[in-house]
Amino acid sequence: MQEAVIKRAKELLADGSVNRVVGWKAGEFAYDTTPAVFTSAEELDAGFIYNDFCAPNLSKYIIKESRKEGKLLVFLKPCDTYSFNQLVKEHRIIRENVYIIAVPCTGKVDVDTVKSKGIKGITGMTSDGENVTITTLYGEKTMPKSETLGDKCRTCKSKKHVIFDEIIGDDGEVNTDGARFELVEKLEMMTPDERYDFWRNELSKCIRCNACRNVCPACTCESCVFDNPNSGIQQRAATDSFEENMFHLIRSFHVAGRCTDCGECTRVCPQNIPLHLINRKYIKDINEFYGDYQAGSDLETRAPLNDYTFDDCEPSIVYKRGGNE
Amino acid sequence: MHRIGVFVCHCGTNIAATVDVKAVAEAMKQEPSVVFSVDYQYMCSEGGQTLIQDTIKEHKLTGVVVCSCSPRMHEATFRKAAAKAGINPYMVEIANIREQCSWIHKDIMSATDKAIILARTAIAKVQLNAPLTAGESPVTKRALVIGGGIAGMQTALDIAEAGFEVDIVEKQPTIGGKMTQIDKTFPTLDCASCILTPKMVDCSQNEKIHIYAYSEVVEVNGFVGNFTAKIKKKARYVDTTKCTGCGICTEKCPQKKVPNEFNLGLNNRRAIYIPFAQAVPKVATIDADYCTMLKTGKCGVCSKVCTAGAIDYKQQDEIIEERYGAIVAATGYNPIKIDKYDEFAYSQSKDVVTSLELERLMNAAGPSNGTLIRPSYLDKQDDHRAHPKTIVFVQCVGSRSCDDCGKSYCSKICCMYTAKHAMLIREKYPDTDVYVFYIDVRTPGKLFDEFYRRAVEQYGVHYIKGMVGKVSPRPDGNLDVQASDLISNEQLHINADLVVLATAIEPDQTARSVATMLRASMDTNDFFTEAHAKLRPVESPTAGVFLSGVCQGPKDIPETVSQASAAAAKVIGLLAKDKLTGNPCVAHSDELMCNGCSACEKVCPYGAITYSDKEFRQPDRTVAIRRVAAVNEAVCQGCGACTVACPSGAMDLKGFSNKQIMAEVDAICK
Repeated sequence: MQEAVIKRAKELLADGSVNRVVGWKAGEFAYDTTPAVFTSAEELDAGFIYNDFCAPNLSKYIIKESRKEGKLLVFLKPCDTYSFNQLVKEHRIIRENVYIIAVPCTGKVDVDTVKSKGIKGITGMTSDGENVTITTLYGEKTMPKSETLGDKCRTCKSKKHVIFDEIIGDDGEVNTDGARFELVEKLEMMTPDERYDFWRNELSKCIRCNACRNVCPACTCESCVFDNPNSGIQQRAATDSFEENMFHLIRSFHVAGRCTDCGECTRVCPQNIPLHLINRKYIKDINEFYGDYQAGSDLETRAPLNDYTFDDCEPSIVYKRGGNE
Repeated sequence: MHRIGVFVCHCGTNIAATVDVKAVAEAMKQEPSVVFSVDYQYMCSEGGQTLIQDTIKEHKLTGVVVCSCSPRMHEATFRKAAAKAGINPYMVEIANIREQCSWIHKDIMSATDKAIILARTAIAKVQLNAPLTAGESPVTKRALVIGGGIAGMQTALDIAEAGFEVDIVEKQPTIGGKMTQIDKTFPTLDCASCILTPKMVDCSQNEKIHIYAYSEVVEVNGFVGNFTAKIKKKARYVDTTKCTGCGICTEKCPQKKVPNEFNLGLNNRRAIYIPFAQAVPKVATIDADYCTMLKTGKCGVCSKVCTAGAIDYKQQDEIIEERYGAIVAATGYNPIKIDKYDEFAYSQSKDVVTSLELERLMNAAGPSNGTLIRPSYLDKQDDHRAHPKTIVFVQCVGSRSCDDCGKSYCSKICCMYTAKHAMLIREKYPDTDVYVFYIDVRTPGKLFDEFYRRAVEQYGVHYIKGMVGKVSPRPDGNLDVQASDLISNEQLHINADLVVLATAIEPDQTARSVATMLRASMDTNDFFTEAHAKLRPVESPTAGVFLSGVCQGPKDIPETVSQASAAAAKVIGLLAKDKLTGNPCVAHSDELMCNGCSACEKVCPYGAITYSDKEFRQPDRTVAIRRVAAVNEAVCQGCGACTVACPSGAMDLKGFSNKQIMAEVDAICK
């Protein structure tokens, strides 16, 4: 796959269709890839990678890149195309300046999941698509790739690309089994006190590194409310209980209806807080209240939270669901 | 630094009995920026207003907080007083310590504590207030009336009488509404069309009234004084300027099997039709669902017989855009569907009818030309059984219902029209036995109770208190009516040959979509809500939108006409003004923070937000082009929808900024 991707990128650079390529390069660790811009065939050969570790969603980087001189090439996984579409819809990405090649994805290895299986001292990882070989200070271990996936990939919402100019490999299907809401359902089954304790416990780990906000393709404001002294909620560092009480809730409300459920927030969280579950709860509620809606699935549909139709549920739905208790 | 004056009103004992007003005034002296604080018996009185003005001058106040009643009552009074003393009227804030404090609390201690918090909240807000200036907007001197029944027509006639242009939009091919289908009217028993048709003619002849029949309002934008409406003129496939209404086409059309809605499906009409003889406008309409020519392209009989050449099979729907200063909803009602009341055998026997169907069966223009015939015998009227001999009326079918099948409210008109039906039948056919089953007989209204008593005492109608439990068709075609008589505590079986159901009425199905277009509110039964149930009964809470007729609640004809004229008076009052003072509390976008995402534009109900590409200098001294929002302040109504849709907080509302509201919340939570 990597060879095919590099070959095509070189062709487009060579014939002048694009003047740069946005893709992935190796990071500090083998399993830790990083978004990167390549401007020549040499750079592509030297650094471009596409493998089972290329989890980062490239769409957010295109906001700035698409405003620069000339056309660019970007490789998008199915998940990333939803974010891309959503950003085009919000007039954040200039679509004409981007050439999209869709690349298939069978799920990306999540190092935190690997670590959670009791594997310590990881020095390297490789994948052959079926199995992941992990080299550690204590020797080599192998496990099936399916066991190394994070919640994001284990409950993958779609293997279908919703926007592209050309595609490498075959396009997949949208997953409609609803498995991604299983953990949310578990939270819904809890009593309010249990749920409060659960989130209190999770959110108290927050060190306010802002990684979730900075990676989120929906968090693209020119000036973030948390950085704005006039917003009344300006807060830059974890100095009090703000993170535990407000930060993640305000952030999730800001992306409600726009979040495509790409799961980047949880992936990058150094404290392993399952932030995507907050967003998924809203997505589940929106689906139940207003009918199924997937942010970014197309460019035309109006987001339920920014729209009114005669079929919209009445506010009394809250009471029907026990909201008055 | 602000210099704030606080004025605490006693409102006689309304506030002072539950709130220690002196303690509130005293406590406010300790608040930051407060240079003056006092209590006074009636702040809204001349003396109270003078006190505000004198204090503003004497203490050089920059902001005023009045702790008194709801701002809906006297905010305007205090703003004017402050303006007279030379400060901007929008530097006045009201702390509502009456409706939201003294009236709802009993304990003086806690009510006083709450009043102090509310006053502190208003002080926190006024600290962040900025002077605002209201703009003016012109008034389009034209009214739109949605619905051309008796309510809509009366409103239109009265507005036209005052010299303003009025458009009536009616979805049916003719104006006139439900009243055209009614035979006689209570309590005077005059013929409905005899009193209605002159009004229809008045409407069509009035130069100021323009009738869009067979049309619907599809979109409304704008605000009081400046509405724009899109009206869809549905294709009639007949050129209304050429059609003379001669009716030849309606006799020659070979498609004879179209249920006639004017007679509620009791007989048939042709695919090209004029609803009834006095229709306004009197032009033919082709029913596209049944016309063979439109469906298969083969026929064209109407076109051949039309001497005026008015038939146009290629006619399209037409959209007309017009500007209005005021809009009146007069969308009317319909009887409810009674398919959930199968115990009355409505779907099993043709001889179980609704009251409106009975009107048609008794009307000279109806399917039996005015002779009361059982619907099952309409095509064999000579049969001796065609004339009903025992008729049972069932009241409150779907009204005052405790279950989900019907409506919880009283439909108000059924008691009287049932008495009317019973009386008319006994008068015309004295050999008929007439039974009326009722829960209560409700007859408030001028000459109403006398009317009902006449039915019982003079005409010998059998009124029985009790409900009908079941109606079952008998093998001989008659109906077995099983009922209970609550007064004699008996179970009754009546062998009836006609059963009439006094069906509840409900708002027309289009009312909800009209209300949504007009941004007018509705109650749970889909009746339009008034701005104030007692004091503003013909205005909706949405400025510039007025209510006429049953769309606001069940009414009989006299009440409908009174309310229609009242709505017209309100419209005239609005259209007589040349300019309306706008609301300076409008939205404003901070371009430096705007993402250009269009979220605000999508939720703005007034179309006040536009986008453009603008150049911005970046921190690195390069120039970037960004898409940013701008608010047209003349169009913005300050609803605030955009400020909550905006993800970055670039959009804010003047006078109610996020910062001001947060300051208020902080003051409460302190």
